[in-house]
Amino acid sequence: MIFDVAAEVIDNTHLSGDYNVIALAAPTIAAAAAPGQFVMVKPITGLDPLLRRPFSIFEILRNGPDVVGLSLLNKRVGVGTSLLYGARAGDRIACLGPLGRPFVPVAAPEEAWMVAGGVGLAPFATLAEALAARKVPSALFYGGRRSADLYREEFFEALGVRLVLTTEDGSRGQRGRITGPLECALAERPPDRPVTIYACGPTPMMRLVADLAARFKRTAFVSLEPVMGCGMGGCYSCVVPIRHGDRPHFVRSCLEGPVFDAAVVKWDGLVGH
Amino acid sequence: MRPSSNGTGLWDTDMDLSVNVGSLHLKNPFIAASGCFGYGVEYASSVDLASLGGVAVKGLFLKEREGHPPPRIVETPAGMINAIGLQGIGVHRFVSEKLPELRRLGATVFVNICGSTLDEYCEVARVLSDVEGVAAIEVNISCPNIKEGGIQFGCSLSGTYDVVSAIRKVTSLPVIPKLTPNVTDVASFARAAEEAGADAVSLVNTFLAMAIDVETRRPKLTNVLGGLSGPAIRPIAVRMVYECHQAVKLPIIGMGGIMTIDDALEFIIAGAAAVQVGTANFVDPLIWDKLIGGLTDYLTRHRIARVSDLVGRLTIPAGEHEWIAS
Repeated sequence: MIFDVAAEVIDNTHLSGDYNVIALAAPTIAAAAAPGQFVMVKPITGLDPLLRRPFSIFEILRNGPDVVGLSLLNKRVGVGTSLLYGARAGDRIACLGPLGRPFVPVAAPEEAWMVAGGVGLAPFATLAEALAARKVPSALFYGGRRSADLYREEFFEALGVRLVLTTEDGSRGQRGRITGPLECALAERPPDRPVTIYACGPTPMMRLVADLAARFKRTAFVSLEPVMGCGMGGCYSCVVPIRHGDRPHFVRSCLEGPVFDAAVVKWDGLVGH
Repeated sequence: MRPSSNGTGLWDTDMDLSVNVGSLHLKNPFIAASGCFGYGVEYASSVDLASLGGVAVKGLFLKEREGHPPPRIVETPAGMINAIGLQGIGVHRFVSEKLPELRRLGATVFVNICGSTLDEYCEVARVLSDVEGVAAIEVNISCPNIKEGGIQFGCSLSGTYDVVSAIRKVTSLPVIPKLTPNVTDVASFARAAEEAGADAVSLVNTFLAMAIDVETRRPKLTNVLGGLSGPAIRPIAVRMVYECHQAVKLPIIGMGGIMTIDDALEFIIAGAAAVQVGTANFVDPLIWDKLIGGLTDYLTRHRIARVSDLVGRLTIPAGEHEWIAS
């Protein structure tokens, strides 16, 4: 079931000059959502921007046993994301969802390794909860440019997720990109100890994760974020090239994704960002 | 629609909004526009397809097509430019995989057809004529995004005439060419379609457009050019529907940037017997109930019995019309 809600902004927490977490009163969507699903949102401001933007659902917000809403992890980049950055409590945001195919959590004793770059952290809060509920041992490999770009580690720690952090400037965790520690961990892990990788972040990062997974013969799922028009399968703008015989075949990421098996994605044809 | 029996003079809420487009009888004038509603089935879980006047499915060639590499869309002020490139499953897979579901859901199906050649258009039309569940054929002679076929025909009067008359000969289904606005005088193309035996015309397709990233100095779309849609084009589209309504007797299906019931009413008053809604569906996939409710309210408020009583009922005050283009 898909819901369209004129959701009231409950809270907007600025994490830095560019990042914020916006909490929306959209309980019907939140209650129906599975890890890795997304919503299409747009501030109710008129015709510019015209289209909604896709966002992974970040947190499911609860008040005791009741689901009261959801939050989005936003980075201010363009017009739409700047409006979400500047939104105030009480504003209304059109919110459509939940949409897309979710992550499928593995079962213990298999381990789950989440790999996040920047706002690519967004789909992993709900996945970490689902993994914890299934008692699946999990790790979060989480990289950002600098210390100030890494958020909510305590949320994951509280769920028992093992954290591996990197920053490009070395201000937090190891210096470098997150794929470095991931490669080491994959190399050290005995082949008979199963692990599945879940990745979300910049396209080059996800491509590297896909390459590493293939090299170490592990399954990896990636949550892709192409430009999207409608989120419902209507416009065919969000297509992703997947392997299909000797030539790529375009599939709609809103319906067939946003989560894909990294091995089927034809990375050469994927538009990076 | 019938007057209420309670003496209030108000109309019943279950008002008859039906319209006729030639021989087609539609439940209401609102049709999902081709290219903006997938094959219709994508929306079945959130929209009652039977409650729409019709569903115009994504353009179909004889065979499958991959379309253009992304990025395929870019937003512009109050609009968007697309260059999807008519990705599609081909008419045969449509008939076997999508049409049964559309029939089951009670949709009034307009199948938008494409071709690289006259023969391909005719073959696609023949395939659709042999199956149950197709209400009408909308002929795409106006896609600005593909090299072969389509707009080649739609930008020439003889091409338009040839495609429509060839399809006319191979099908008894209503034939509705979808016209491009990328011509100097759209009304002459409506006339060519009428002379060729079309049952109606739909207009407008998108306006050829481009957007440039000034930092990289590259086009924002892989295809360089695309088609502009959305509210940015609406006033031009309304003008073109108005011009065609002056020029032909054919029923007109109007479209171009309809976001609200007032937008739809502009097209109807300008001369459209029905309207298509495209880009708005991306922003608000649940727009249909709002349009149907809005139309009911409008007719009630203006005490108009039938939608057809509104079609082309533009009132131009006397003495002010000399300068208006005919």
